[in-house]
Amino acid sequence: MNSISLGLAEAWRLLITFDADLFEITALSLRVTLSATLVATLIGLPLGAWLAINRFRMRRVVIALLNALMGLPPVVVGLLVYVVFSRSGPLGVLGLLYTPTVMVIAQAIIITPIVTSIAHQAIRDLWADYHDLLISLNATRWQRIQALIWDGRRALMTAALAGFGRAIGEVGAVMIVGGNIDHATRILTTAIALETGKGEFGMALALGFILIGLAIAVNLAVHILSRTETGSRW
Amino acid sequence: MVTPILPLTLRDVELRRGGRRILGPLSLTVSGAGITVLMGPNGSGKTSLLRVMHGLERITRGTVDWQGGAQDVRARQAFVFQTPILMRRKVADCIAYPLHLDGVPRKAARARAAEMAAAVGLADALDKPSAVLSGGEKQKLALARALIRTPEVLFLDEPCANLDGRSTREIESILTRARDAGTRIVMSTHDLGQARRLADEVWFLYGGLLVETAASAAFFAAPRTAQAAAYLKGDLLP
Ligand SMILES: Nc1ncnc2c1ncn2[C@@H]1O[C@H](COP(=O)(O)OP(=O)(O)OP(=O)(O)O)[C@@H](O)[C@H]1O
Ligand SMILES: [Mg+2]
Repeated sequence: MNSISLGLAEAWRLLITFDADLFEITALSLRVTLSATLVATLIGLPLGAWLAINRFRMRRVVIALLNALMGLPPVVVGLLVYVVFSRSGPLGVLGLLYTPTVMVIAQAIIITPIVTSIAHQAIRDLWADYHDLLISLNATRWQRIQALIWDGRRALMTAALAGFGRAIGEVGAVMIVGGNIDHATRILTTAIALETGKGEFGMALALGFILIGLAIAVNLAVHILSRTETGSRW
Repeated sequence: MVTPILPLTLRDVELRRGGRRILGPLSLTVSGAGITVLMGPNGSGKTSLLRVMHGLERITRGTVDWQGGAQDVRARQAFVFQTPILMRRKVADCIAYPLHLDGVPRKAARARAAEMAAAVGLADALDKPSAVLSGGEKQKLALARALIRTPEVLFLDEPCANLDGRSTREIESILTRARDAGTRIVMSTHDLGQARRLADEVWFLYGGLLVETAASAAFFAAPRTAQAAAYLKGDLLP
């Protein structure tokens, strides 16, 4: 009990003094996860829109695959990425193992299916609404996609945020591929795991508060977006 | 001078969905000027026929030919849906959207949208999100959007279904003005008074078939088919 309250006091001190380590870990976390979110968004939004608008033979298969990938345990993704990038793996020559880059790759793989799936649903619903109108107005394929992306922008932002939220809190995969190396690949989640193991509750709690803060911010943003959507204010 | 897109010719058109025949076989021609009113009981195929003419349905048999033959024939028509389809944007942007598609500069498009909005009585609603409009206002928006490209042919599917008497008259005067300016109008309605006021020609549909086409005056004076006569009297059809 005592160590907990001491930890809380220490956490508070670290936070208000902008502790250098704390700052560095948080910055790397944001860098890795924002990069992964960007990659996942660049793949997921067009792919989701494509799946929603086009009827092709393998569509159902692709969607089923997407849903299956969503359920993939992150730690297994980490393992697979590790194998691929390990020294003797197919991409081992790149020497990316234990770098932030490979952590971005692992996180992007984990969240791309979610981002794609949410984008797909949003665009599909909007397309069902707009279909006859856009055809009637003789909008070109590109104009249709523009209209759907613009009018669906809130839902698409929600998709990106959901991806970010899932990636920022993920620990298993980044631990495996990043190695949690001090000043190199240590991020919020892996640092919390380590500090807790060492019994350094102050640092662990300070990191935890930041992580919670980020998670709350993301959820708040999603909430506000969905409220403006249903409140019919665009 | 661009070639006009009319006449529109439907030959032996048949539309089937889920093994059921919904429309046809029927043949017809739309040409000249004026307002054609489609009448017929619920489920008789009015919406389906309008959609087939506009090219929104894949027909099972037959042909639909526009004179122009060009690919952009649909851009020279407009369609007002039975249930308005509104984009999730401000009223002004919804009305201006067809011009936006044509590459008209934003300012010019907005100015034109404001004119159209005023014409249908939506001048005060320009900055509202389209979703907050009442049912009747939504229909007015759809009409303003349909007219903004000054289409050569205008299809309307029960455009006044949710409107009060005064709004209905306003819309009717907008439609007759469009007709007088050269827009060919094909519309459906269940409002017999409206049909009498607007129609130059009446098509009566029953069970997916075009059972009677007649000049408006002749149709209302003495319909030739028993189904049309019964419909006009408000009888229950067999
Ligand atoms: N996609 C579809 N699949 C199955 N049946 C359909 C489909 N589209 C239309 N129908 C049927 O075709 C018939 C004609 O429908 P349509 O909407 O053209 O009638 P309508 O004359 O416009 O009726 P209303 O006056 O009620 O608007 C209806 O019985 C309808 O259920
Ligand atoms: Mg109908």
